[in-house]
Amino acid sequence: MGDIVMKKTYTSRYEKRIQQKYEAHRESGAPTYILGIETSCDETSAAVIRDGREVLSNVIASQADIHKRFGGVVPEVASRRHVENITLTIEEALTEAGKTLNDIQAIAVTYGPGLVGALLVGVAAAKAISMARGIPLIGVHHIAGHIYANRLVQEMEFPLIALVVSGGHTELVWMKEHGQFEILGETRDDAAGEAYDKVARALNMPYPGGPHIDRLAHEGEANVPLPRSWLEPDSYDFSFSGLKSAVLNTLHNAAQRGETIEPANLAASFQDSVTEVLVEKTIRAARSHGAKQVLLAGGVAANRGLRERLQARCEAEGIPLVIPPFSLCTDNAAMIAAAGFIKYEKGQFEGLDLNGVPSLSLSEQ
Amino acid sequence: MRVLAIDTSNLVLSVAVVEEERVLAEMTTNQQKNHSVRLMDCVSELLDATGTAPEDLSGFGVANGPGSYTGVRIGVASAKSMAWSLNVPVIGVSSLEVIAMNATGFSGLIVPLFDARRGQVYTGCYRSDGMDAVRAQSTEQIILLREWLPLLRDLAQGEPILFLGEDVRLHRETIVQELGNQAQFASPAFNHPRAAHIGYVALRKLQDGGNAHELVPEYLQLAEAEAKWLAQKQAGAVKE
Ligand SMILES: [Zn+2]
Repeated sequence: MGDIVMKKTYTSRYEKRIQQKYEAHRESGAPTYILGIETSCDETSAAVIRDGREVLSNVIASQADIHKRFGGVVPEVASRRHVENITLTIEEALTEAGKTLNDIQAIAVTYGPGLVGALLVGVAAAKAISMARGIPLIGVHHIAGHIYANRLVQEMEFPLIALVVSGGHTELVWMKEHGQFEILGETRDDAAGEAYDKVARALNMPYPGGPHIDRLAHEGEANVPLPRSWLEPDSYDFSFSGLKSAVLNTLHNAAQRGETIEPANLAASFQDSVTEVLVEKTIRAARSHGAKQVLLAGGVAANRGLRERLQARCEAEGIPLVIPPFSLCTDNAAMIAAAGFIKYEKGQFEGLDLNGVPSLSLSEQ
Repeated sequence: MRVLAIDTSNLVLSVAVVEEERVLAEMTTNQQKNHSVRLMDCVSELLDATGTAPEDLSGFGVANGPGSYTGVRIGVASAKSMAWSLNVPVIGVSSLEVIAMNATGFSGLIVPLFDARRGQVYTGCYRSDGMDAVRAQSTEQIILLREWLPLLRDLAQGEPILFLGEDVRLHRETIVQELGNQAQFASPAFNHPRAAHIGYVALRKLQDGGNAHELVPEYLQLAEAEAKWLAQKQAGAVKE
């Protein structure tokens, strides 16, 4: 059975406009301005960046204060806020960058993974503007965005290993070249950030708990014995639910014996366990893959304990480490535009049927 | 003036391009709930079919709820983003009013409704205002159908009450039990929204502005978590 050939004579006006715009721009050799849009969780963000490296604006309308009262992100509430904020945020990003839609070569939008209702708002907005103004549309994987945040700080060198840690993800990614991602390991249960939030709650600290644990850990001593979850010897996967349970058990048992555990020491011990596993697996992956660079990305990259430990180990191994500033570690649209730039150069655009994909995998993007 | 109108607030996907004197194109489907995938391709197709460049549009109209939360958001986010990017106004029209407009000319109460589960409906009530518009007789709300029907009987003052909407068939028995043959039902052709109606409401209101940034959905209901939080707050259980 052979493939059939179907001659199609109709090309939509939209497709023609996209084609013409792209060709004209590539011939001109002018700089590339990409508008990024990110709405996968609870931040409505839009950004303009030049040539994949330079941030002209990066506007983030955070909903953190709203979700704090619920003790976590409520998807329906997040989606509602995104609709209210979306065009305002995009306009602000353009204004701050001193650009208009006339100057924009492509719109890059996060289409997964994330909360489906939240993703759909950004995707709908990006497609609508793309259609109305004839601007090419690029779909970006959220984790690819986190990794490319590094390119806004320092040029990437391949092969490289990226450790992406946030409230939603814990992933170890190997990149041979631009736009190619291979997941070496990921969490089998809780994300690292999630474990932080749960332990913080057990210690009566407010949501989000990561920064509180990190601060407390620096005041304590890691003297409470807690397990390290290495899994199988050759595995790059992670697991944090056992550690979380061990922390809860330790608190519970102490309470039953009428003893008190110094919260700072417990926080330090928990952080020690998490960062040791994260860092050692990253170093092992970097060594075995001949990495020229290690990248740290995602919201938990702001964690001082993790940064210090990874810094020390990378120095000892002689592997350069890149960590973006905090503002680029948490969810933002500049990183999405940076990842989108790679696809722009290859002319990899999406049709108007792009959908939000809540469990989008990194390798299929 | 040319206006593009959209309704994705329930199972129906409807898109239309209208001018003052003519509906240039309208497409309506009532089967698949993949509005996110299909909406912008439909828009592109209708613009091409009517020889309309996006820049030729003087404004947009969109059904902004009530309805499926996600469906309403897809329509509103798309319409406000197109309008903003072209610097033209966008007008939000009640998803219930759009269906009520199917019955302009009817003498009596026009009652569109959507099922809202657990015996509740999203609903409102209208009267025909000439042959080209309807006027609301009450605010739109989410209400138990059993509580709504007696209220309608009072409002109707003996006149017939026409129930409209795809979900009417789910509740027909209850309605007839309460209202007998005062209740009327339309042909299925009148039960789904048509974007062309939205286009004409929008055309009339474009001069009033219709700032894209300010367009938001009308859910008629708080998100569940917000409702719970407010209830706890009122009970004094939490502080802001
Ligand atoms: Zn993220």
